[in-house]
Parts: sequence; structure tokens; C-alpha cells
Amino acid sequence: MVPLWMYLVVSAGLFSIGAFGVLSRRNAIAILMGVELMLNASNLNLVAFWRYINPGEINGQVFAAFVFVVAAAEAAVGLALIISIYVKRHTVVAEDVNLLKW
Amino acid sequence: MLDVYAPVAPLFILAILVGGIILILSRLMGPSKPHARKVATYESGMRPIGPAVRRLPVQFHRVGMLFILFDIEVIFFIPWALVFRDLGFYGLAVMGVFFYVLLIGLAYEWFAGGLEWEQ
Amino acid sequence: MELTWELVAFLGFAVMTLGSGLMVVTSSNLFHSVLFLMTSLFGVAGLFVLLVAPFLAAIQVLVYIGAIAVLMLFVIMLTRQVMSRPELYNQQMAGALVAAAILFLALLFVLTPLADEIGGDVAQVNAEVIAEADDAPDVDYITVEELGRAFVTRNGFVLPFEVTSILLTAAMIGAIVVAREDEA
Repeated sequence: MVPLWMYLVVSAGLFSIGAFGVLSRRNAIAILMGVELMLNASNLNLVAFWRYINPGEINGQVFAAFVFVVAAAEAAVGLALIISIYVKRHTVVAEDVNLLKW
Repeated sequence: MLDVYAPVAPLFILAILVGGIILILSRLMGPSKPHARKVATYESGMRPIGPAVRRLPVQFHRVGMLFILFDIEVIFFIPWALVFRDLGFYGLAVMGVFFYVLLIGLAYEWFAGGLEWEQ
Repeated sequence: MELTWELVAFLGFAVMTLGSGLMVVTSSNLFHSVLFLMTSLFGVAGLFVLLVAPFLAAIQVLVYIGAIAVLMLFVIMLTRQVMSRPELYNQQMAGALVAAAILFLALLFVLTPLADEIGGDVAQVNAEVIAEADDAPDVDYITVEELGRAFVTRNGFVLPFEVTSILLTAAMIGAIVVAREDEA
């Protein structure tokens, strides 16, 4: 049996990779991809804890299912924003969108 | 517990092996004599017009979004459908609320003209 | 820890997930990034299977790979252009690298049995709980039926379930309004 901490290490690695992508990439779609990686890492964490600590309860799986829904909504709105910015300002680079930046 | 997935493992390995072997073999054994005409974009034999990479129409995004909507519905419908008989009318009512709220989104897209391909 | 098939599968999926994840943030072609994202998400689905959550694994493939990643592909092809500056990363790339590395090491310190040996105060408690979870308890596993019951019963998750539909509808309508092209 694989011990719990190995799953947690994979999840932590995935989260850090996603965080790096979010902080460092210039393309807005790449930033969204980093966010997806981070969401997946958190989901992996939820399911791993459910399996090892509290497998009798259903909460872990239900919570993960709701995370899926939120991720879908986030992707739909985020990508629509990117399209809108592309149409209006003709760029997909996050740092070029600086109209409201002080 | 996980023994039921044992037959999947050979499938995985086989799939990766076959794909890899085909790629490697064709790279190794296939003749490669590139030529300006040969590597040009294929356009039924004539000189290519315009770039091969074009911007996709925005309608694809709308269709993709509708697909996400129905995909999420499926996630919740499958577990619900398995216990539908036990839940009776209550289950139907709960799912009805869920379904009709989601239907608002579809109706909006429909009446806003999101389903028309031509602008 | 002996080398079981489960461990082999776990390592395979872990390497798949993390390796493709790295490729997602480092590959210069955005299209390749999405394809690697799909591989990474598939690895996570495999880990879900190993964690005996097959329904979530199916959802992962269906929703993430089938819908979200494909929508990303569409958007990449929609917004395809020559970027004015071809750099992949912004100026805070080095800082981001350091931050991500620190984050990973901090998580490693809290999450692994390593914490037990080094002996932090807060980490100790976590580490004890995690280190004890060497072997998952064998109980009846959650079936899809139970999941369905949990979604709709009053003591379960019926309110989050209904709110989910409102969130999705709002996201849908918002996305359609925002992405409209004609009033540009």
C-alpha cells in the first residue's frame, strides 16, 4: 500500500508547479492552465485524505465533485475574458492589460 | 480491491509500446528526402493560398461552453439516475430544480442568438 | 516498503502527472502546453483510480480532458497571434521560481515523515496523523449510488447541489456576454 504522504508530496509538487506557472507565464491562457494544475493538486489532496483518514464518510468525494464544477465555471469565464480582451485590445499577454493598473 | 484493474495495465503498456514503436520505426526506416514542394502546405496540388494557421471563428467557443454545461449535468445525472427509483418524487423535484436552473442558461444562449452560426 | 504493483502504478502516474505538469509551464508552444496539461490531468485520474475513487476518475477524464482542455484548445486557436515580445516568462520569473521552490519545500516539511525527524511544533501534529496513515483502512467503499443519494438528500448536500446549478448558469451567461464579438 502506498503511504499517504507520497500522495501529498505529488499533490504539493503539482501545486508548486502550477503556482510557478501562474506567477511567471506571460500568456493569460498559460496562467489559466497553471490555475487548473493547482485546482487538480487540491483535488488530489482532498481525495487522498478522504481515502486514508476518513473513507467511511462521503464528504471527500462530494467536495471533489463540487471542485470540478467550480473549475469548469472558472475555465468558462476565464477563457471568455481572454477572448474579450483579445478582441478589444488584441493581446493575450497578461501584463499588457494594464488600463486599471496604477 | 485494485485487482479488478489488472487487465488495464497490459492495455496501457501495449498502447504505449505500439505507438512508440510505430513512431520510431517510421523515423528509422522511412525514407526522408525533403524538398520545397514536398514540405509545402498541402492544398490539393496547387500553390497554397494564405497561411495554414488561421483564427478559429468565435462560435466554437460558444459550442464548447454549451458542452461544458451538459458535461457537468451528466456528472450529477449519473449518480442521481442510479438511485432515482428509491428517491421517488423528492429526487425528481430536487433534480428538476437543478435542471431548470441550468436550462435558463441554455435558453439565454438560444434567445441571445448564441446558437446561430452565422452572425 | 516492498515493491508492489500498486506502488509501481502510483509511481508511473506520479511521474506522468508531475513531468507533464512541468512541461505545461515550460513548453514554449501553447498548443503543446495544453496537450501536456491533458496528460497531466490523465495522470491525476489514474491516481484517483488508485485511491479507489473511480467515479471521480471518470469525471476527471470527462470534464477536464474532454471539456475544459478542449475549450482551452479552441481559445488558443481563437487568439492565435504573433506575440509582440516572444519571451515566455515575465520579469518576475526568477522570483516565481524561488517562491514555488520555497512553497514546495515548506509543504514537504509539513507533509512528510521528514517533519517528525526535524521536529517542528506545528508540523509534528500533522506529521503524526499523516505518518500513521500508512495503510488505508478497509471499509466499504463509496459507490456511485451513495454519491447520488448524498447529492439530493436533505441531510446531505442538496443545498450546495442546487447552488451549483445557479453558479453554472451565472458562469454560462456571463461567459456568453463577455465573449461577444460584435460590440468590440
